Amino acid sequence: MTNGIPRRLAQAVVVLWAAFTLSFVILYLLPGDAVLAKLGGGDGGSTLTAADVAREHAALGLDDPVVVQYGKRLLAAVQGDFGRSIASGEDATTLVLNALPSTLSITGLGLLFAVVFGGAIAILGTYTRSRWLSQFLASLPPLGNSLPTFWVGLVLIQIFSFNLGWVPALGSDGFSALVLPAVTLALPTGAIIGQVLAKSLRTQLDEPYVEVVLAKGASRARVHFGHVLRNAALPALTLVGVLAGNLLAGSVITESVFSRDGIGRVTASAVSAQDIPVVQAVIVLAALFFVVLNLAVDLLYPVLDPRLAGRVTAKAQSRGKAVSGV
Amino acid sequence: MFGNPVRLLSATGLVLVLGLAAACGTAPAASGGGDAGPPRAGGTLRLGISSNPDCLDPQQVGTNAALNVGRQLVDSLTDQDPGNGKITPWLAEKWEVNADSTSFTFSLRKGATFSDGTPVDAAAVKASFDGIKAIGPKAQLGNGYLAAYKSATVVDPSTVRLDFSAPSAQFLQASSTMSLGVLAPSAYQKTPEQRCQGDGLVGSGPFVFESFKSNQQIVISKRKGYAWGSPLWKHTGEAYLDKVEFRIVPEPGVRTGSLASGQLDAITDVQPVDEPQFAGNGFTEPVRANPGIVFNLHANVTRGVLSDVKVRQAVLKGVNRQEVTDTVLTKNYKPASSILGSATPLHLDLSKELAYDPDGAKKLLDEQGWAPGPDGIRVKDGQRLTAKIVFSLVFNQNQSVLELVQQQLRKIGFDLRIEQRTTAETTQLTLAGDYDFIWYNTTRADADILRQLFSTKAGNRSKLAAGNPLDATLDAQAATVDDATRKPAVEQAQRVIIEQAYAVPVFELTQVWGLGPKTHDVAFEASSRMRLFDAWLAG
Repeated sequence: MTNGIPRRLAQAVVVLWAAFTLSFVILYLLPGDAVLAKLGGGDGGSTLTAADVAREHAALGLDDPVVVQYGKRLLAAVQGDFGRSIASGEDATTLVLNALPSTLSITGLGLLFAVVFGGAIAILGTYTRSRWLSQFLASLPPLGNSLPTFWVGLVLIQIFSFNLGWVPALGSDGFSALVLPAVTLALPTGAIIGQVLAKSLRTQLDEPYVEVVLAKGASRARVHFGHVLRNAALPALTLVGVLAGNLLAGSVITESVFSRDGIGRVTASAVSAQDIPVVQAVIVLAALFFVVLNLAVDLLYPVLDPRLAGRVTAKAQSRGKAVSGV
Repeated sequence: MFGNPVRLLSATGLVLVLGLAAACGTAPAASGGGDAGPPRAGGTLRLGISSNPDCLDPQQVGTNAALNVGRQLVDSLTDQDPGNGKITPWLAEKWEVNADSTSFTFSLRKGATFSDGTPVDAAAVKASFDGIKAIGPKAQLGNGYLAAYKSATVVDPSTVRLDFSAPSAQFLQASSTMSLGVLAPSAYQKTPEQRCQGDGLVGSGPFVFESFKSNQQIVISKRKGYAWGSPLWKHTGEAYLDKVEFRIVPEPGVRTGSLASGQLDAITDVQPVDEPQFAGNGFTEPVRANPGIVFNLHANVTRGVLSDVKVRQAVLKGVNRQEVTDTVLTKNYKPASSILGSATPLHLDLSKELAYDPDGAKKLLDEQGWAPGPDGIRVKDGQRLTAKIVFSLVFNQNQSVLELVQQQLRKIGFDLRIEQRTTAETTQLTLAGDYDFIWYNTTRADADILRQLFSTKAGNRSKLAAGNPLDATLDAQAATVDDATRKPAVEQAQRVIIEQAYAVPVFELTQVWGLGPKTHDVAFEASSRMRLFDAWLAG
C-alpha cells in the first residue's frame, strides 16, 4: 500500500500540470481574448479602438511573449495564485472557492440520490420475482439517461415550483432550494449506476458460488445482500469516481436552470469571456477533485474485496492464492 | 459559449414544459390588477434579470443588466426626456455651451449630497470626470463619450466647466447617461476593480448599493433624504421602494415562470416566444425600442461584390423587414425605418426607401450583369454573388433573424453566408475591418453614434475612403448642440447611408419587460434602460 502512494502523487502532479497547460494552450489559441470579450461586449464595442485594446493588453501583461506569460502563470499557480479575473478583476482563486460550496452541496446530494436510487432500482430489479416489476425497473435507467438535463430541470421547476409551489425556483437559500437541482443531477448519474449495478448483479447471480451458498442453506436475501451485492459493487464503485466528473459537468447546465451560483456558472461565463485565470483555477480544481476522488475509490476497493487488499499489499503473492477466498 | 446551446435547447424544452403545464390544467396565477390607485411607499421589488453583471460601476459597464443597476445609484448632470429626446436639468440647473461645442459650463443645484454625506459640488464633478477619463477603455461607454475630453475646471463651488479638444455636441446627451453619472470623490480612492464589486460605489442617486452576490443577486436600498430627482420624474422626494433585489435568472423560461407564479415581481428580457403569457391577465408588458443604430448588415465597401453600390442597394431592397419582425420576432419589434432607431432624437423615417422590393433588387442585379446560375445564385464572369456576415449571439434571436434574411436574399439570387463568432472574435474582426458584412446594433440616444461608426475619422465600419459624401455631414452635426443646425445634417447622413446602402438596416432592438399584477411604474429612460425611482408595489 505505502509504496503506491508516492507514485500516485507524482501521477496527480502530472495530471494537474497537464490540465493547467492544456487549458492555457486552448484558450490562448482561440481567436480573440478576454480583453476583447470584455471591452467589446454589450454596447462597449462601438467606440473601441485598437489603441484602447493595446493599452489594456499592456496593463495586463498580455503583450508579453506567450512563453513568458505561461511561465509567469505557472510559477504563480504553483504558489496557489491563479491571478485576477480579467472580466471582473476579482482574484480567480477566491472567485472559484466562493462558488465551490454551492456546487458541492448539489453535487454531493446529487451523488447520494444517484447511489441510493440507482442502487435501489438495481437491487430491487434483480431481487424481485415479479417479471413485470423486474422489467419495468430495468427499463428505468435507459430512460433516465436519455432525458436531457436542462429539460428535466425545467419540468421539475414547472411542476414542483410553479404549479405546486413546494420549493423556490430560484436561488441557493436553504435545503428546499437544493432538492430539485440535486434530483436533476442525480437522474443521469443514478441511471448509469443502476444499469451497471444491475448488470453485474445478474452476472454474479449466475456464478456457481451462489448455488453453493444457497445449498448451504442461506436465504435468498442473505445471498443477495451478503454475497452477490458485495461482489457486484466493484464496477459500480469504479463508476462513481468517473461519474463525479459528470456531476461537475452537469452543474454547468443545472446551475443555469436553477439560477444558482456555483462552479458551473463560473466556468460557463469564464469560458465565454475567455478569462484564462478563472478557467485555469476551475480546471485545476476540477482535476484535483478528480484525482482525490479516484484515489479514494481505489483505497475503498480492498475494503469491499479483500482479494484486492492482498494484491496491493503483497504484489508478489500469487494471484491464485488470493482468488481462492470464496 | 456554454450559454448558447443552453439557450437554444431550453427554447425547445420550454415548449415541452408549457405543453406539460397545459396538460396539468394549470395556468399562470393572475390575480387582481384592477385600479392601480395612488402610489404606495415601501416594499421590496424582486426583479429577475437575465445575466450576471461582471461589474456594477455604471461608469465602467456596457451591458443592459449592469447599466440598469447602475442607473439607480448615480445622478447625472442632465436628464433626457424619453418623449422628445430633449436634454433637461438634473444635478445641473442650467448649462452653457460655446459656439463650436468644445466647452460646457454647468451650474449645479445646491443641496445634493453623496451617500457618504459629502456634497455634490464642482470639485466632485471634476473628480468624477477625471476619474472616468483616467481608466480609459475600462469605461466602456464613457471612453467614447469623453474621447476629446481635455480637462474640467472648478469655476466656483457650484460651477464647473468641461473643455474638449474637438467639437463634442454629443457630450450634452452623454452627460445625461449613467455612464457619466457622478460618483463621490471617495470612490476614486478605490481601484476600478473594487468599484466593480460595489466597494466604494458611492453615488448621489435615489438608491444606494447594499450587496452583490455573484450569479445570485444584487441588492440596493432607498437613499434616505433624497430630494434632488430630475424634474422629468413623476414624483419628488425619496424613491417609493425600500429595496430592490435584482435576481440573476439566466433561463428565460424560469424568469417568466417565476413572474407568473409570483416568485418575482418583474423581469427583463421577456423572449418573443414568452410574450403572449403576459397579455391581458393582470400582468403588464412595458416595451420600448432602443435608440441608436438598429440591427443591420453593415457593409465593408472594400470587399468583393459589396464594393458595387448597386449590389448593396439590391441587398437593401431584398430584405423583407416586416417579415422578419412578423415571423421571428413579435409585433413589439419594429422593422427598421432608418439606420437610426425610431426612438433616437433626429431619426428620419425612410421606410419608403427601405420597402421590400425584390423586383427592384433583381432589376439592379440584372443591369449589373449578374445572371442566375444553376443553383439560383447569380454569377458574373465566373464569380458568385455572395458575401459573408459575421455575428455573435448578443441577442438571442440573431441566428433566426439572419437565417430568414438569408432565405430572403436567396430569392433575389444573393448568397449570404452566416458565420457565428464569439463576442471577442467579432470585436477583433471589427477592429481589423476583416469582414464583408458585420451584424450588430448599438444603443445611444444621440445621432452622433452615426459619426462614431461611419466617419473615416472614427470607427469607419464601412471602410469608406476620404472624400465620401458622409463625412462632412457627420462633422457638421458634431459641432453644434443646436437642433436647428444639427437636424438637416443628421437627416442628410441617414439619407446618404441608405442611398449608398453602406449598411442594411433590419429591425430595432426592443426591450420587453414583464411586470406582475402588483408592480407599477417601472419606467424606461431615454436610452431604454430602467428607471426605478417612481416604481411602487401595490399592497
